[in-house]
Amino acid sequence: MYTEQVMEHFTNPRNVGEIENADGVGEVGNAKCGDIMKIFLKIENGIITDVKFKTYGCASAIATSSIATEMIKGQPIDKAIELSNKAVVEALGGLPPHKIHCSVLAEQAIKAALRDYYTKQGIDPVPILGEPCHDCHDCEGCH
Amino acid sequence: MQPFIYADNAATTALSKVVLDEMMPYLTNEYGNASSLYDLGNRSKAAVNIARQRVAAAIGAMDKEIYFTAGGSESDNWAIKGVAEAMAKKGKKHIISTAFEHHAVLHCLERLEKNGFEVTLLPVHENGIIRLDELEEAIREDTALVTIMYANNEIGTIQPVKEIGEICKKHGVIFHTDAVQAVGNVAIDVKDCSIDLLSMSAHKFHGPKGVGALYMRRGLVIPNLIDGGAQEKGRRAGTENTAGIVGMGKAIELAVSTMQQRNEKLIQIRDKIIDGATKIERSRLNGDRVHRLPGNVSLCFEGVEGESLLLMLDLKGVAASSGSACTSGSLDPSHVLLSIGLKHEIAHGSLRLSFSDDNTLEDADYILSVLPPIIERLRAMSPLWDKIKSEEKGE
Repeated sequence: MYTEQVMEHFTNPRNVGEIENADGVGEVGNAKCGDIMKIFLKIENGIITDVKFKTYGCASAIATSSIATEMIKGQPIDKAIELSNKAVVEALGGLPPHKIHCSVLAEQAIKAALRDYYTKQGIDPVPILGEPCHDCHDCEGCH
Repeated sequence: MQPFIYADNAATTALSKVVLDEMMPYLTNEYGNASSLYDLGNRSKAAVNIARQRVAAAIGAMDKEIYFTAGGSESDNWAIKGVAEAMAKKGKKHIISTAFEHHAVLHCLERLEKNGFEVTLLPVHENGIIRLDELEEAIREDTALVTIMYANNEIGTIQPVKEIGEICKKHGVIFHTDAVQAVGNVAIDVKDCSIDLLSMSAHKFHGPKGVGALYMRRGLVIPNLIDGGAQEKGRRAGTENTAGIVGMGKAIELAVSTMQQRNEKLIQIRDKIIDGATKIERSRLNGDRVHRLPGNVSLCFEGVEGESLLLMLDLKGVAASSGSACTSGSLDPSHVLLSIGLKHEIAHGSLRLSFSDDNTLEDADYILSVLPPIIERLRAMSPLWDKIKSEEKGE
């Protein structure tokens, strides 16, 4: 069902954990739907110097969190904003159709953490990141 | 070397070697059509009839009450749609069932509802067992059928079938039971339990896939599901799956003759795992502890998701199952777990282990050695677990 890349990231997830005094923290998903992703960012001079995640969910939820954190670590914020769920899916060599929503969740979790970062900086995140996604399972990508 | 432990016998079982040996002639030299008149055909017919006797004997039925089908789902479809069609002519268009039936039953009922039937789904309560007074209250003048599963496929609970049969008999209502999980695992007597129709499937008791049977009480007449040739006394068309039927006959005979001894061992394995696994913090056993299949363990672990749990167990060589949304392919966890009152977030963390005579107490030890560290690992990365713990502290 899953690609080797998914199983590899699920078995050995990168960047698991929390960052104390993180510059941005984002959480998406809910327990009822069976997946929650929480992303912690450390940002210095516009660069994501560290990123950690905690995820409750299926193998693809854990794998997408893992690879998404890898894809933005050490990158400028702009790159993280641009990170799409499609890029996450491609990096994992594909996901089964009913698991695509996990990649949407990963994209949204990073955006939520960045939103938190901008808010803490006193910057309105909406012009940069758009409106937050309220219910991930309503997204087009989830069905 | 890492072991491989197959703990998903409720999904399917391994075909027994003895059963395969019995089937082999009918997959090779004995290829005759059981309807043909020459000796090659007659030999196939004789083999089918021996299998029919074995199936009948296993559940206390008469040979002529056994009809071979392509499996449990077909048997359920035939029984339910057949009774519905027959009784609708008498103006009876109400069916009673339970909230946690197999989809082969529930989806038949949904179809019938669209065609003007009314369906009452009895609650199965926290222990996964119906209440007889609620069944009796639900029966109406126009009740055509009561269809209640013998034993549940996910949580393993066994219904008070004899009492259900008595109530149905008293009120003159036809009683069908989906016994796919029960046959070969618990002693069944269709006459003693006043069962009118009973569905079974061979691959659940070490027989081959693609073959099952419907027991239909003598005298009960329902329309065919599969029309065509004169096979199965004209009630189920299609050239007999001779090898499959022969395999089913042998498998059921073996399952029933070894049941007592096997179940003593299975109960030991089951109870050892239940006792060991429920020591894990915030875990629970699903379904009644006593009235459950000898080989069924159904657990929930808070703060972890079932699919992750299954895949981690698979990496440790344990094949199991879960009722989480991610394994069901939908956004909701299994209807069975919701029917016993579990919240979504708890049902997502479910694990079903189901054992057969191929399993040992060492398997239980191994599972109990790998399970707690997996749960610990998943919880360590679970924000939901953090929430549960902080709520515990009253934060």
